[in-house]
Amino acid sequence: MTAASLEVARPRRRPLGAAPYWLGAAILAALSVSFSDRLPEWMVEYPRAWRIPIEPSISAAMKWLINDATFGLFTFQQFTRSIAWCFNWLLEAAYGVLAEGFTFGKGEDALHIPHVSWIALIIVLVMFARRVGDRGLMLFVGFCFAYLAVFGQWASAMVTLASIVISVPFGVAAGLLVGIAAYRKPWVERAVTPVLDLMQTVPVFAYLVPILFLFGFGPVAAMIATMIYAAPPMVRLTVLALRGVPEEIKEYGRMAGCSQRQHMWKVMVPAAKSGLLVGLNQVVMLSLNMVIIASMIGAGGLGFDVLHALRRLAIGEGLEAGIAITLLAIALDRLSQAAANRPPPAHGSVRAGSWFVRNRLALAALALMVFSMAAGTVVPVITDYPASMTVTTGKFWDHVVQWLNINLYDTITIVKTWLLVNIMLPVKGFMVALPWPVLLGILAFAGWRLGGWRLALLPLALGAFILVTGNWEKAMITIYLCGLSVVIAALIGIPLGIWAAVEPRRRRATLAVIDTLQTLPSFVYLIPVIMLFGVGDFSAMIAVVAYALAPAVRYSIHGLRQVPEHLVEAGRAQGCSRGQMLWKVRLPLALPEIMLGINQTIMMALSMLVITALVGTRDLGQEVFTALAKADTGKGIVAGLCVAFIAITADRLIQAWSRRRKAQLGIA
Amino acid sequence: MKNLFCTAVAAGALALTMAGPAGAAAPESDEPIKLTLHDWSGQYITTTIMGNVLKSMGYNVEYVQADYLAQFAGIETGDLTAAMELWDTTAAEALAASVATGNTIDLGETGMQAKEEWWYPIYMKEQCPGLPDWQALNDCAELFATPETGSKGRYLGGPVTWGGWDDERVEALDMDFEVVHAGTDAALFAELESAYQRQAPFLGWVYAPHWAPAKYEGEWVEFPPYSAECYNDPSVGLNPDMAYDCGKPSGLVRKAGWAGGEAVWPCAYEAIRAFTIDNATMGQLVAEVDLEGKSVDEVVDAWMDANEATWQSWTTCGG
Repeated sequence: MTAASLEVARPRRRPLGAAPYWLGAAILAALSVSFSDRLPEWMVEYPRAWRIPIEPSISAAMKWLINDATFGLFTFQQFTRSIAWCFNWLLEAAYGVLAEGFTFGKGEDALHIPHVSWIALIIVLVMFARRVGDRGLMLFVGFCFAYLAVFGQWASAMVTLASIVISVPFGVAAGLLVGIAAYRKPWVERAVTPVLDLMQTVPVFAYLVPILFLFGFGPVAAMIATMIYAAPPMVRLTVLALRGVPEEIKEYGRMAGCSQRQHMWKVMVPAAKSGLLVGLNQVVMLSLNMVIIASMIGAGGLGFDVLHALRRLAIGEGLEAGIAITLLAIALDRLSQAAANRPPPAHGSVRAGSWFVRNRLALAALALMVFSMAAGTVVPVITDYPASMTVTTGKFWDHVVQWLNINLYDTITIVKTWLLVNIMLPVKGFMVALPWPVLLGILAFAGWRLGGWRLALLPLALGAFILVTGNWEKAMITIYLCGLSVVIAALIGIPLGIWAAVEPRRRRATLAVIDTLQTLPSFVYLIPVIMLFGVGDFSAMIAVVAYALAPAVRYSIHGLRQVPEHLVEAGRAQGCSRGQMLWKVRLPLALPEIMLGINQTIMMALSMLVITALVGTRDLGQEVFTALAKADTGKGIVAGLCVAFIAITADRLIQAWSRRRKAQLGIA
Repeated sequence: MKNLFCTAVAAGALALTMAGPAGAAAPESDEPIKLTLHDWSGQYITTTIMGNVLKSMGYNVEYVQADYLAQFAGIETGDLTAAMELWDTTAAEALAASVATGNTIDLGETGMQAKEEWWYPIYMKEQCPGLPDWQALNDCAELFATPETGSKGRYLGGPVTWGGWDDERVEALDMDFEVVHAGTDAALFAELESAYQRQAPFLGWVYAPHWAPAKYEGEWVEFPPYSAECYNDPSVGLNPDMAYDCGKPSGLVRKAGWAGGEAVWPCAYEAIRAFTIDNATMGQLVAEVDLEGKSVDEVVDAWMDANEATWQSWTTCGG
């Protein structure tokens, strides 16, 4: 099979394939734009009179759900409020331990027990890092948390940490269970996939108002919004990882006579661990990415510090708080990865000693933390890092930006103007002028070619929704902005992934940069970007690219690394040169994974629309943002759905293309 | 289930307050009063002052970070108790809608006056001598041009959600300007900071009380004075066919709260209603925090020490 697939992967002469269709579509689009003034008016601009008012009915439905929906014994809102109550209880406990301490009584004569000491927490985390990982991890964790203390971010960081500690396990567990169900039953996967797409692509602002009504104002609502946003990659990666378990292992599990449950939890899940860990990584990263938006609805913590600093244009301060978010994210990610990756204890040593002896380290850590809380009542320094010993580099960064602004502004402006005038504005003009029947026709044809009539109907149906709700022009601006950004992100990300996949040291360095970009709140660099590039599409594009780059790189690395060793060996045996190895063996085999990365890049780009709205674009993101500001549930959800539909169309077409390509290459 | 519990607590508290005398000494309820915090320092200061005053009366106070406009959802359900700064210029519509539900009540004015208008840095006066007159501004429109706006000048407006009728104003007064909306006020002031550092032309939406007019030297453009008729009636004003041919109105800054809270903490609500502070004081407190780098608590404590009589007078509760 190996030799055959390589044979197919190296055709002597490329067949023409889909090229004529692409060319035809491009010519048709170009012609329709240049002769758009001869086309009937309704083709160029969808008539207002044909719109269907969907928004008010959604608003009304939401109102009903919040006020009147009932299960008989209790109302829907009471149901969601009791869920919120449970989460709130957990969250309050975490806040108490980590950030606020516990207060009994009221007013000024209340009894206060302080939170866990910063010294104790650092010691415990460093010890934990040493136990599950190597010296490097230990130093890194120590550095991260020391940064939080020394730069005066401790209190806020603990508020953020408390909500992450509660929300990530729930997100991961839910994602894993849904993922397993989807792996087992194809109908679950079919049902879940569109929901996942919606969860990931409908901008958070669109469903924020209903969530606030249902779950109450405060950290819990923020946490639930975070989970909705962060869990989908876990589901996707669970399915993918379980599918990737080699047939031999599955076979072995069956031969050993495992029950279905044993087969899943003792064989499949451990075997799929590396993929599942990528899922964990994504949940942690996305949760921390939501920190800023979560702080807008009451989560507080570091996200609030970033917002507050940047509202005052204290760039340095915002950067320090932003870096605290990043360090927290990376430290948590590395710790959880190390803990999950730990080799199981050698057989026989497991049962030695009583429960107390086996857990002596955990108990010692617990004792240390409890003791630190008690000691804090006497010596305040134990509880809080002294404010007089904090340092800040805030002013320095303000000066850096000022220097760049004064000295480089003119050069930057020349580059920006060139790009704007020669690439961005023409693409934008083209997209807006493209008659809607032409675009829908091309998409439907592509769908038909790639996946039959069903895939042809999909873009038509979703496009029709965008049309009748009157969001077509905004959708085109969205496609232009996100499309350009995705192309740029892919052009940077895939080569970077290829470069980094070869060597562990490069890989570590690249992943560190990627993780930083993904978790550093875009707001932090958005403000300097605006100072240097001005309000508008260009700044928005930079923010989108910086954020959406991560999956392109990550999936490329992952895909290239999981190319089976025996196929690489076979390639070598055939005498492939290094270039041939890359282009004829590794890349084609990694293609499904890389395409999944591009898919995620599109999702990420679209999820950044809300942020681009903050710099004043005129796309669907702005529509969602405006709807939030006016608490217009219907409008927000409709615009959010339009964003999601663009994503889903792109996703389905890419997936179909990728499947066809795989079939052609014989690696399906 | 929490709701039942909460209702029980609220009902109990209600029964207590009705039974006992509404004395100032003992707070009516242990339930925390939740004040909302937004992301600008002025609001942080007013809220902290109010929170400290309520604490001095014996109430439990919690601060909840909440989005300026999304907070109404929380106030209506009682998840949040009160918001201390709602600007007529930006939140009037949302406040009116929220009050219309019957679950939110207007808790009166804060005493601050919001001013907002087109604004330019003082150095622009050298290049455009007729300022601050709007006609003189229009004559130097080209000074403010950017690649995106071509030969027209650029006026950087606030986020679309702020309203402000700037597009209409430009059209009605036949000005050579194009309105470009910044998505957030952070973006707006980032552009101002950038221009100010380079002493480059800038024209945008600036409002007060805010740290920007204190930090940057500049002036507001003088349009024909605002009147309600100018906004409502096209025939009034310079342009006989269009409305909005004048400057912007100044607005009040209000407080609002959860309607149900009135029964739970009547004295607290009275204190919140009594809260007032003026523009000058506020501007100074904001400048101390944002420009001098003091902490909010530090600034608030200093103000409360110096003005004890003022805030004590808010806490009398019916006598």
